[in-house]
Amino acid sequence: MDSKTPAVKMRDITKTFGPVVANDKVWLDIYRGEILALLGENGSGKTTLMNMLSGIYFPDEGRIYVDGKEAVIRDPADAYRYGIGMIHQHFKLVDVLTAVENIVLGLHEPGRLNLAKAAERIKAICDAYGFEVDPYQKVYDMSVSQKQTVEIVKVLYRGADILILDEPTAVLVPQEADKLFAVLRNMRDDGKAIVIITHKMHEVESLSDRVAILNRGRFVGDMLTKNTNAQEMTNMMVGRPVTLNIDRPVPVDPKPRVEVKGLTVRSDDGIVKLDNVSFTARSGEILGIAGISGCGQKELLEAIAGLQPTEKGSICYVEDDGMKEELVGKDPLAIASMGVSLSFVPEDRLGMGLVGSMDLTDNMMLRSFRRGHSPFANRKAPRLLAEQVVKELEVNTPGVSTPVRRLSGGNVQKVLVGREISSAPTVLLTAYAVRGLDINSSYIIYDLINQQKKRGVAVIYVGEDLDVLLELCDRILVLCGGKVSGIVDGPGADKHKIGMMMTQLGGEEAHE
Amino acid sequence: MFDFLAFIPRAIAQGIPLLFGSTGETLTEKSGNLNLGIPGIMYVGGICGVIGAFLYEQSLPSPAEINTFLGILIPLLSSMLGSLCMGFIYCLLTVTMRANQNVTGLALTTFGVGFGNFFGGSLIKLSGSELPSVILSTTSNCFRLSLPFADKLGWFGKVFLSYGFLAYLAVVVALIAAHILKRTRAGLNLRAVGENPATADAAGINVSKYKYFATCIGSMIAGLGGLYYVMDYAGGIWTNDAFGDRGWLAIALVIFTVWRSDVGVLASFLFGGLYILHMYIPCGMNLAVKELYKMIPYVITIVVLVITSMRNKRENQPPESLGVAYFREER
Amino acid sequence: MNKKERTPVVHIVKRGALPWYGSWGIRGCAILAALIVCGIITSVVTGENPIQVYVAIFKGSFGTSRKFWVLLQNIAMLLCVSIAVTPAFKMRFWNIGGEGQALAGALASAACMICLRNVLPNWAVIVCMVVSSIAAGALWGFIPAFFKARWNTNETLFTLMMNYVAIQLVAYFSVVWESPKGSGNIGIINQNTMIGWLPQIGRYKYLLNVIIVALLTVGMYIYLNYSKHGYELSVVGESERTARYVGIKVEKVIIRTMLLSGAICGIAGMLLVGGTSHTLTSSIVDNRGFTAVMVAWLAKFNPIWMIFTSFLLVFLGRGAGEIATNFSLNQSFGDILTGIILFFIIGSEFFINYKISFHHSGKKED
Repeated sequence: MDSKTPAVKMRDITKTFGPVVANDKVWLDIYRGEILALLGENGSGKTTLMNMLSGIYFPDEGRIYVDGKEAVIRDPADAYRYGIGMIHQHFKLVDVLTAVENIVLGLHEPGRLNLAKAAERIKAICDAYGFEVDPYQKVYDMSVSQKQTVEIVKVLYRGADILILDEPTAVLVPQEADKLFAVLRNMRDDGKAIVIITHKMHEVESLSDRVAILNRGRFVGDMLTKNTNAQEMTNMMVGRPVTLNIDRPVPVDPKPRVEVKGLTVRSDDGIVKLDNVSFTARSGEILGIAGISGCGQKELLEAIAGLQPTEKGSICYVEDDGMKEELVGKDPLAIASMGVSLSFVPEDRLGMGLVGSMDLTDNMMLRSFRRGHSPFANRKAPRLLAEQVVKELEVNTPGVSTPVRRLSGGNVQKVLVGREISSAPTVLLTAYAVRGLDINSSYIIYDLINQQKKRGVAVIYVGEDLDVLLELCDRILVLCGGKVSGIVDGPGADKHKIGMMMTQLGGEEAHE
Repeated sequence: MFDFLAFIPRAIAQGIPLLFGSTGETLTEKSGNLNLGIPGIMYVGGICGVIGAFLYEQSLPSPAEINTFLGILIPLLSSMLGSLCMGFIYCLLTVTMRANQNVTGLALTTFGVGFGNFFGGSLIKLSGSELPSVILSTTSNCFRLSLPFADKLGWFGKVFLSYGFLAYLAVVVALIAAHILKRTRAGLNLRAVGENPATADAAGINVSKYKYFATCIGSMIAGLGGLYYVMDYAGGIWTNDAFGDRGWLAIALVIFTVWRSDVGVLASFLFGGLYILHMYIPCGMNLAVKELYKMIPYVITIVVLVITSMRNKRENQPPESLGVAYFREER
Repeated sequence: MNKKERTPVVHIVKRGALPWYGSWGIRGCAILAALIVCGIITSVVTGENPIQVYVAIFKGSFGTSRKFWVLLQNIAMLLCVSIAVTPAFKMRFWNIGGEGQALAGALASAACMICLRNVLPNWAVIVCMVVSSIAAGALWGFIPAFFKARWNTNETLFTLMMNYVAIQLVAYFSVVWESPKGSGNIGIINQNTMIGWLPQIGRYKYLLNVIIVALLTVGMYIYLNYSKHGYELSVVGESERTARYVGIKVEKVIIRTMLLSGAICGIAGMLLVGGTSHTLTSSIVDNRGFTAVMVAWLAKFNPIWMIFTSFLLVFLGRGAGEIATNFSLNQSFGDILTGIILFFIIGSEFFINYKISFHHSGKKED
């Protein structure tokens, strides 16, 4: 179908991690002057495959050819020698160094280290493709999109002409993403080969020339983007036809449950994270929180959960009879002892919600181990709970005494959500509840959240996928730089408008 | 009256082993390796120098025929070889085999101190000395050669020029180390390895190589501290356990200087001064109080430690991945 | 193209959990290999045949009933300090100040024996010794813990420095209480009255120490594995954020755990002064604070396994001492052998956690 020779040919690539087969005899061709979208669910082996191209992993079996010649890529230095550069989802930057120091890191340029000269070359690259980078800014002072720019410039500086971007838009607002796409198109027209790893259909459709699809570590097929459509790609990705519909039952008798008024939060280093935030979460309703990552969602949930010191404002828990109780200034223990049943599914599952090295039973105990006056902890009830969660949520685990670190992402989340809803909460806070989960697990989580909603729980759902927020939530609160940009009703909300509100307060001044 | 003119050269001489130790440990820690084996390494550096010098002196028909050049070179090389081996063991265990750094370091210290005292004791027996020590004054004289005109320059000569060459080497090495870390490509790469090895790796830096080199070179530098101590400070007299806890003080000094070996030059002299302050504070017949004065350097380290932790500045933090082994395929 | 150039020859992969016999098998092999290496080294140094060397090592611990009791006593003391530092380590608080905490306890005990000998009856002196040594050890643990909890001050260095502060304090009091005057040593305290000497059970001088430490070991095992406190501190150790998330007061747990850690070290100090040597010197703890780190780590912080690891280290130390005496070597020989064995055991952990696979052409690896 194509007469060009591929820049990269991957043949029969297999990679296993212990018992998990991440890639199974995968074939892939990458061409110059083309943007290839590598599509697949989470856990389908996209990132693993590309990591083998960039030298992070070494394949167990299979061969890689670059420009027709067999290539051995043992480490990232080898990859650069073949002109392959990867922008990882978790940026590989050293926080305490400046942009230019990060960019020249590890290079073997002749002569002494000359940062000024390097900065000039960086400027030239930026001008050529339309980036903006301050070479002398420290990385820890940068926003997410600035960091991403540094990453891309770093790869270009090294002369890469095969660029791999791992979910580049996950951390960007739609406007920033559009800007990135424009740059990527520039580079494609310049003759570079570009691969973007994604699972967002609209990105594939609007950006890519060709799409390759992986499912459970296997290569399913590739085709020109213009010859296919979203439904076909989704089917190939999931392996069977699916519907994208998420249930949204009508709220029953919503009553105010949590009232936040004028909440202001400052981080340890003095930056205002939340600025005069006010809203009400109602029982039997899902309140979605939208916003660019890092603009106050985490602080908001943690403030409600009693984990984040606040500067001003109040957070009131409203009882069924209208009695109000102040939550500000109380820690999680104090909140629980007031009889407020508040559950929190945090973003960082293994770093905050669960203890990775402990087994399921001990993780179930985290919330309840204080019960009783005995100085000894009772493990009987937690074990029963663990067994119940495993059974009811179909957690795939060898047993309840397996450390949760050994479970896959979806199963970890089931354990965490299972524990949090087991205490029959009246308020449920969730942050990025489906991040990193495959479609099946995601739907199980949406179902669980909807069940809680039907029970009359006030759910606050922080999400990153606008499509899901629009389908799942009854109302959506949009945060922008720590301020409330607006609250819109879920049914009938406009995605683009919410995108605008995420970048500009109120979204009115938006133009373009 | 406090005798500064006598005190300052003593303080500097006392600070030199600490400076070698802390420069070596700074380099090591910048690569992300917390080497608690430094005290042992300094013992090994000292005793290997002593062994080299001992064998050389034994081979001479009479002490007068010593060749100054060889008399310096042989102990120097044997000392560096010994501490290199120690650094290599540490790397093999922590970098290649990814063992716990704290435990490996402590085991290395146990081994190193034992090694020093064992061979020290054996040499004492071999030399048939009456005293519990090996005396190598001939070699020591080579190490203690100072500039010929130092005596003629009065206080200036005494404070600045009265030391053996290793003392100047310590300062030079510390300054070079600071320059390399701050201004060169290798230094930049090394800092990246210590901060975030995954990033360094993705940037094409050979993480293990940098860790090996920094740690082994750091060990050799630290070992020179042991050599300086016996050959220059102690006048070529090795006594078991005489080196004491200076290795631990050197590690403390690294934190004290917020991982900057150029700051270490002055800080080590300060520490050296505090270490011997008890000899210069008149306390009459009350010997007990002297023991309390010996506490001063430790108390000051604690105070500085607390103050820096309270200020909590980003630039003054230890390398981020300090103490953590790196495995690329970690998931 | 040559196969060797094509792929890295050795490839290291993290492995899943080994069954217990697998991991202990590997450790056993490491110890065996270390013993062989040590035997060879000793043979080279002494010129004896290796069998003689092993016999000497064995005799060093089990040769006479006195040696056996010394072995038990040394195990008990090392185990006691190891038990003490364990809860701190489980909390990822690198307490390398066991030395200083034990010394503080020893100092407090000696102070009671000296200052109260003419004031209180024997039993009351002993009660005071117990209470004050626990308090002194706990104080020595509390100070770094407080700063760690409040300002996240580096505890490794802090506890290390506290060791030297304790050593100098002991040196100070050694001069203050010196006996006879001018010796700079304290000498045996209350040699005639035996006030403050812990009671002897039957004919066995060290039996009381062994029993106390055995009780502490079992107690610590229960504390760590079954109590709420033990659960809390392992959560804090694994992840401070998780601990805060479920409402555990991290600062409180750090301070509480270090109080406990210091207190048990204090007991070790008291047992050393009141139950063993009846004197006080700045080297009375004999580096056990450092060795304890290795004992605890080798046993994976399990108090019951620590009985074996402390036995191993003491056994080797005593054996090496015996070799040194028999073949008139320096006593430090023991440290060298201990170091070598530690290197082997530390290295063996690698083979427990990782597996090495060699790439063969066309062959599928397991």
